[in-house]
Amino acid sequence: MGYSFHNDNRLPQGRLAMASYVIVGMIGVLLLGFWKLQIIDAEKYASMAERNRVRSIPVIAPRGRMLDRDGRVLVDNRPSFSVLLLRDDPALVEKNLPAIADGLNLAVEDLRDDLSTTRNLPKFQPIIIKPEASDADIAFIESHRSDIPILEMISISRRRYLPNGFMAHASGYVGEVSEQQIESSNGRFRPGDFAGKTGLEKQYNDLLMGTDGMRRVIVNSVGKEVGRLSTQEAIPGKQIQLTIDYDLQQVAEQSLGTRPGAVVALDPRSGEVLAMVSRPTPDPNDFSVRVSNEIWKRLNDDPLHPMLNRAIQAQLAPGSVFKIITATAMLEDKVPPESYTAFCPGYATFYGRQFKCWVYGKSSHGVVNFRKAILDSCDVFFYNVGMKLGIDRLAYYATKMGIGHKTGIDLPSEEPGLMPSEEWVERVFHRKWYPGETISVSTGQGAVTTTPLQLARTIGGIAMGGIFKQPHLLKDAQNVSEERFNISEPTVEKITDAMYGVVNDGGTGASLKLAGVELSGKSGTAQVIGYSTRDRLGKQKKFEDNAWFVGYAPRRNPEIVVAVLVQESGQHGGTASGPVVRDIIKAYYDKKNKNNGQTTVEYQRFNFGNGTNPAQAALAVKDAELAAPAKLDAPQLNSAAAAAAIIPAPPQKALQ
Amino acid sequence: MKDAPGTRDYDWWLLAILAAICAVGVIEIYSATHGSSLAGMHMKQIRWLVIGFALMFALSRLDYHLILDQAPILYLIGIVALIAVLAMGHSRFGAKRWIPFLGEFFQVSELVKLIIIIVVARFFAEVSSDELSLQDLIKAGFLVGLPLVLILKQPDLGTALVLLPMLVVGAFLAGLQWQHAAIISLVGILAVGSIFYPPVSRHILKPYQRERVTSFMHPEEDAKGSGYQVLQSKIAVGSGGFWGKGFGNGSQNQLGYIPVRYSDFIMSAWAEEQGFKGVLLALGLYMALLLRLVQNAQRAKDRAGMFLVMGVAAALGFHVLVNVAMVIGAMPVTGIPLPLMSYGGSATLFVFLAIGLVMNVRLRRFVN
Repeated sequence: MGYSFHNDNRLPQGRLAMASYVIVGMIGVLLLGFWKLQIIDAEKYASMAERNRVRSIPVIAPRGRMLDRDGRVLVDNRPSFSVLLLRDDPALVEKNLPAIADGLNLAVEDLRDDLSTTRNLPKFQPIIIKPEASDADIAFIESHRSDIPILEMISISRRRYLPNGFMAHASGYVGEVSEQQIESSNGRFRPGDFAGKTGLEKQYNDLLMGTDGMRRVIVNSVGKEVGRLSTQEAIPGKQIQLTIDYDLQQVAEQSLGTRPGAVVALDPRSGEVLAMVSRPTPDPNDFSVRVSNEIWKRLNDDPLHPMLNRAIQAQLAPGSVFKIITATAMLEDKVPPESYTAFCPGYATFYGRQFKCWVYGKSSHGVVNFRKAILDSCDVFFYNVGMKLGIDRLAYYATKMGIGHKTGIDLPSEEPGLMPSEEWVERVFHRKWYPGETISVSTGQGAVTTTPLQLARTIGGIAMGGIFKQPHLLKDAQNVSEERFNISEPTVEKITDAMYGVVNDGGTGASLKLAGVELSGKSGTAQVIGYSTRDRLGKQKKFEDNAWFVGYAPRRNPEIVVAVLVQESGQHGGTASGPVVRDIIKAYYDKKNKNNGQTTVEYQRFNFGNGTNPAQAALAVKDAELAAPAKLDAPQLNSAAAAAAIIPAPPQKALQ
Repeated sequence: MKDAPGTRDYDWWLLAILAAICAVGVIEIYSATHGSSLAGMHMKQIRWLVIGFALMFALSRLDYHLILDQAPILYLIGIVALIAVLAMGHSRFGAKRWIPFLGEFFQVSELVKLIIIIVVARFFAEVSSDELSLQDLIKAGFLVGLPLVLILKQPDLGTALVLLPMLVVGAFLAGLQWQHAAIISLVGILAVGSIFYPPVSRHILKPYQRERVTSFMHPEEDAKGSGYQVLQSKIAVGSGGFWGKGFGNGSQNQLGYIPVRYSDFIMSAWAEEQGFKGVLLALGLYMALLLRLVQNAQRAKDRAGMFLVMGVAAALGFHVLVNVAMVIGAMPVTGIPLPLMSYGGSATLFVFLAIGLVMNVRLRRFVN
């Protein structure tokens, strides 16, 4: 093999020079490319790099607690972990979906549903795919950090309510915010946020909710947290102190038991709500995570409507409790005069129709004067009084004393009840008022309906001499409004004396007597349907009467007024509802006396046979003390919270 | 023939540029890997560099005319090796490119690149006329086309493409006629166009190649495939700005957002941490290297030497162009490393052997 080339040294210098220019040009073009990225678009890419490495994880602010008037915790939080799915990368999500569903015990279809309902939200916002992560879920996420880098955990404090639906209707419950709420919240709500849905949780949501914080962490390309940039601490929601007295609430819950109905205890001097119960009740703890469809369906299909807060939403005929209003109107208008008497043979006849008294068929009241009419709750007497007063005077007094319009309590969805009038039938039914209707209304039947809260406020207000305070649940409520309706002193004296007699002078509440306590009140046994309808249908059990009792103590300027409704108990108001009122008022005085170093109130010996066994009631009180959580240092609401807690004034339109 | 080159005849400027580029590469490999499970990779790269320098000096001692004499045999060896690697080579990352040798895996195609430089130089050096005839052009085309198809079969589009500039530059310097150039350009444009035209590319490209083309044109549609790689690379480069984020401070680099940041995308990591000023330095060094190669070609003793040097320049220039353009998102991902900066044994050794050829030509420019 030899050297086979020509010794050729003719080099194409021109073309070599061109190659040099090509090289310079090539490097120049590449530099232009870098110039574009690093100089012109530098900021854009810098922010993209920042977005890459920084992940923002929300820090959920715990909701404020609710304390009772003595600082005992009624509604609290408990820690819980939720699983977040990071959706920045759809391909990665799609790939890992089966593994995630398997690892977290979820259905793939459910995950897809979650993804499709949130597909319009920004991709960088993670979604919660599993609230309430178990230890196994946490272990799964931690052990798959590198191969499933799209799962993250977030600590969320969940609401904890006292068990058995304790005070559930007043507290309300929280739930995930709806899409409409998110849209109308101006960015305050994000998907998956919890907000109050009912009750105080809804009413004071702005106070309770706090402001979520943000944890900014550095993550590497597989999503592992490698450092922390900054933590914007969550601002916890404000704690609110309620007017509720845990002890009285406990007695109210136990004394009403499982019977459908409601209890409201107020301090008529201030409008403070001391206890509020509605039965049946859901367990608000069921809502604190994500209410299961099964529970939700059960609650909504229940014919007894457990979601209804009967204390403020049950609009029912008040029955004989309304006679206090009729009686007040009678004394104030002097129509008929105070000396008026009626004869009750067990019924009365108006316009050729027979109107029965409640004693019809058992006995008769005979000659009835004003005081006896209230003590024995004689219908015939008040039929006549109503006929003489007329519906307009009755409606005037009832409206002035709080019937037919909202009380303005600081709870959402309060119902106004209804006080019928000539104007009302004309407006709604386009007809004239039948005078016969007045007969029913004057005894709390017919079209008139009230809520338990309204009755407590009205009766308490009359005993206060015509001061009707706005009921409220927030202890530091500012600007508590009141409606004053001047009732003359003799009228107040006679009305309260009669209500004292109902319990203490052989009236319909005689079994409720408490030694040393001026327990006064009025029973009511309201028909769910009229007598005539009932006769037509035959006496079916499902149309049992609603039992009312509104009691207060002491006789004048009461410290506590309690309205109790037991629905369709089939019992007289004094029998079914009276003992609940008595138990609560006894508990109130026991506590007050204990604080003053005195002994407990004694039940009167003779009433043992009726209503709740006093031994049980005493036990209930004892249980209440045992079950009460240790008294905490109740931090007072700070001034900002107090200033924010302005209760809206009650609607004034219904007053005239 | 005798050669008597002395140490002063080596191209010390070329060596200085080479050393500077290698230093930049080692620094960035260190920065990109020191905090990860790949820590220590820069030392392995230094080992390759030392071996490379040794091989370069060894090769420079052997007269290039002797090497050119063996071109047909080298060509044969190259083709056989490519067939062998297809038949029983070692698969890694879904392609058959590697054969085990001395405890490491070597890419046969790197060796073949070197052989093709030699074969192309020999072929064109033997063309005596000033104008390249069509016949010779077609011959040269077949000479390069055979190994090119074999490398494509591996499949390794990037390396296969590197063979083309060797042919093109060689033909150009051998007196390529303008009308031929026009025809070749037309064919080339049609070929590239068909790659980007889905109805045609469906029949030519493999699915992963089509995906790369698609993600190159629409990177945002493919957030974590190869479009993701290009996007992350661009983010790294762009976020570096003029001054850079500083050594070891590139978040894209350190947190692993840049794909293979120590190898194919090392320029991206360098640009992020050293900024535009660092890019100026690096690309300036490459430009100096390439211009120095052209200068060596201009001063070659004969056409054979000139073709050898320009073959090396074509290969290296093409590497730099395709790799850097990929890093800034101006070309699809092809898997071509950046010479002397990217980590890698075979690729580094190829560059040093190629530079060894250049030194060889340089050393003998005054002999005879």
